[in-house]
Amino acid sequence: MNLTLFVWRQESRGARGRMVRYEAPDVSPDMSFLEMLDVVNERLIAQGERPIEFEHDCREGICGSCGLVVNGIAHGPMPATATCQLHMRHFKDGDTLYVEPWRSRGFPVIQDLVVDRGAFDRIVQAGGFITAATGNAPEANSLPVGKEVAEMAMDAAECIGCGACVAQCPNGAAHLFTAAKISHLGLLPHGQPERYERVLGMVEQMEREGFGACSNFRECEAVCPKGISTDWIARMNRDYFAARLFVEKSDKKRAGGVG
Amino acid sequence: MILDSKIPSGPLAEKWDHHKGHLRLVNPANKRKFHVLMVGTGLAGGSAAASLGELGYNVTCFCYQDSARRAHSIAAQGGINAAKNYQNDGDSVFRLFYDTVKGGDFRAREANVYRLAQLSVNIIDQAVAQGVPFAREYGGYLANRSFGGAQVSRTFYARGQTGQQLLLGCYQALSRQVARGTVAMVPKTEMLDLVLIDGVARGVVTRNLATGEIRRWVGDAVVLATGGYSNVFYLSTNAKGCNTTAIWRAHRRGAFFANPCFTQIHPTAIPPSGEYQSKLTLMSESLRNDGRIWVPGRSGDRRRPSDIPEAERDYYLERRYPSFGNLVPRDVASRAAKQVVDEGRGVGATGLGVYLDFADAIGRLGRDTIADRYGNLFEMYERITGENPYQVPMRIYPAPHYTMGGLWVDYNLMSSIPGLFVIGEANFSDHGANRLGASALMQGLADGYFVLPYTLGDFLASRMGEKVGVEHPAFAEVEDGVRERRGRLLSLSGSRTVDSFHRELGRIVWDECGMSRSGQGLKTAIERIPALAEQFWREARVTGDGESINQSLEKAGRVADFFELAELMCRDALTRDESCGCHLRAEHQTPEGEALRDDVRFRHAAVWQWQGEGKPQIRHQEELAFENVQLSQRSYK
Repeated sequence: MNLTLFVWRQESRGARGRMVRYEAPDVSPDMSFLEMLDVVNERLIAQGERPIEFEHDCREGICGSCGLVVNGIAHGPMPATATCQLHMRHFKDGDTLYVEPWRSRGFPVIQDLVVDRGAFDRIVQAGGFITAATGNAPEANSLPVGKEVAEMAMDAAECIGCGACVAQCPNGAAHLFTAAKISHLGLLPHGQPERYERVLGMVEQMEREGFGACSNFRECEAVCPKGISTDWIARMNRDYFAARLFVEKSDKKRAGGVG
Repeated sequence: MILDSKIPSGPLAEKWDHHKGHLRLVNPANKRKFHVLMVGTGLAGGSAAASLGELGYNVTCFCYQDSARRAHSIAAQGGINAAKNYQNDGDSVFRLFYDTVKGGDFRAREANVYRLAQLSVNIIDQAVAQGVPFAREYGGYLANRSFGGAQVSRTFYARGQTGQQLLLGCYQALSRQVARGTVAMVPKTEMLDLVLIDGVARGVVTRNLATGEIRRWVGDAVVLATGGYSNVFYLSTNAKGCNTTAIWRAHRRGAFFANPCFTQIHPTAIPPSGEYQSKLTLMSESLRNDGRIWVPGRSGDRRRPSDIPEAERDYYLERRYPSFGNLVPRDVASRAAKQVVDEGRGVGATGLGVYLDFADAIGRLGRDTIADRYGNLFEMYERITGENPYQVPMRIYPAPHYTMGGLWVDYNLMSSIPGLFVIGEANFSDHGANRLGASALMQGLADGYFVLPYTLGDFLASRMGEKVGVEHPAFAEVEDGVRERRGRLLSLSGSRTVDSFHRELGRIVWDECGMSRSGQGLKTAIERIPALAEQFWREARVTGDGESINQSLEKAGRVADFFELAELMCRDALTRDESCGCHLRAEHQTPEGEALRDDVRFRHAAVWQWQGEGKPQIRHQEELAFENVQLSQRSYK
């Protein structure tokens, strides 16, 4: 099939970008979206032009590197599917596709479709861990974890950190990402000692990074390639209120502890 | 030359404890004065960087991805082995050790493998304490499953995302150290060369993949945790960015490369659908428990599978291996699939595939049971191929998956260059000629959490006061070389893309140095690869400049290194004149096509030393002694 693409091209951080038109002829329905872009790029290189830069790595939907907004939808039209797992058979001959990077104040564009997601790392650094230095661990079965709790923690832990939730949110909020990590660790007995400091640290860092507020559009859940539930946001808010009411700690004491 | 593996003396079960008790220590107040450069943030690099940071060392940690959390360990599906014996089914450290040595077809060091089996239990404890949500039983205790033909249930798992969850555990521990200031993370950065001063590894030169900046970094030790080189085949299950550059550049600086021809090919990946195919996706081997593998009986039969009557199908594994049938080991299944495809009996649009048919199992057990067992895999298959495997047979094909070969290291995980340590898949140490399922995650984490933090300290303890800076002339020399090479790559203005060369290289290595090799084929490959490399340096095209993101430049540098590695792989395979592990040498097989190992001539690791551009490398041998296991030949008849 033959497609027309309009792709966001931007030379560098802060430079002025624009949509550029490309023709994509002879697209096979079995190609992934990224393979389709590979073929467009091969042609651009052969013509001596700069290829379209986009982020990708595992191409099996687990590393969270890729992420494009296709026709206004983060990761494109298929539910629970990362861009690398989106196949061209879901489009039809003659379609026009608009391909944009994640757009959010928290994710500045570096070049073309590549954005800087360093904010997510900094949110995790602000408390998204359990302090258990190597060598401290007791025998693994000494603390049983109910199967249901373990399954719920796993549901939250499946987040791949791609950032689609932020890109789709009208407010540019990072609540789904942050809440998933807080809930994964906060559900497990091993995560209890730091539960309230964790939520304070991570939520405050999220706000410092310039992400917006959550007003329950739930667009994030709709585009999440792992189907992470917005229930975790409610849980995060509850923990946050509890922490604000009962925990008095300085920021300094939170960052990474001392051990 | 004698390679000193530094294996401690004493009984096997006591070697590691005894060795740990005698390693030198660094005074706690002095640890922060040492600076360690860690390249890679997968399970090995991430766990090592976090653990060293916790101990108080200063660590600078590099990854090419935009975040440490995206390293390719994340894609491991199946699980991680540990000799916990929670199932009371007779597992033990010795049994895990034995299975691993035997699985590696007696081409790994006993002492290393035993240590790995010992540490396996600590890994599970550590991961659980970090919050890794492993599968649980209703009583709240950890669940296990049997994996890869093991006779005990010793595999721990987190749905089909065990690698992801273990990596997030490491990444979280690493993030804590970043917040504490002990680890500095440098993402989107690729190591392009190693700097030696007085024969000791003292630094690296990197390129920032976002800004193009080339930079020098000095340290008291360098650790490579850069993974495997399956992407030499172009199509593999590895992430697109996985490459050999870090270990290959270190090799050119003097680090010995061991068993480069030992690679693992997984039998159940989704086949390529066309020339544009960019990578292969693995599906769990467990599918072979209920699926029947077949191809049409005659070549060129393009009928739909449902139109091919039973009598005209060849269930070739069941026919050739009546007792194991579709459950023969990975390498036997992979080899047989390539064989029928090479005979022209492959299926699907590209002809690169065989059927894995669930019709009988659905008839026998019902669709619901099959959906229970494999629902998520069937869904993944349909997402990628657009075909419904409940109705039409799946198509599968083997895919390069893991590389057992890598830089040679001693028992302390130090390479032949003092101060250069190599951990995880990047080294050669523990899997011999074949790796057991669910053992890769185990090795990466054992090296990073529990071996390197001890052995690195032993090295550093004698290095107090040996300070140098990046202004040392050795850095300038290496940086000049890096800039010169970048300039050469950027000046390539021929007519072919880098990917087209990579695809062509991959096909040569796949055909001649994959799961089945012959002396004749390897000799032609050894001639064809340098010729192709020469053509690359003449006719490839690289666009853009060095000052920003430039994927065509990145790829070109990596492919140029793959050419050199591919040639060494073929030389190594040619010299290893035996069949072993997952490698069949066509000249060495039984009349039934079974592999024939040669323990008299090849019970050793082949260790290659770089001699300079255009000169043949020297092959050394590390003899392997087996004092605790009986060497045996396997049979799957």
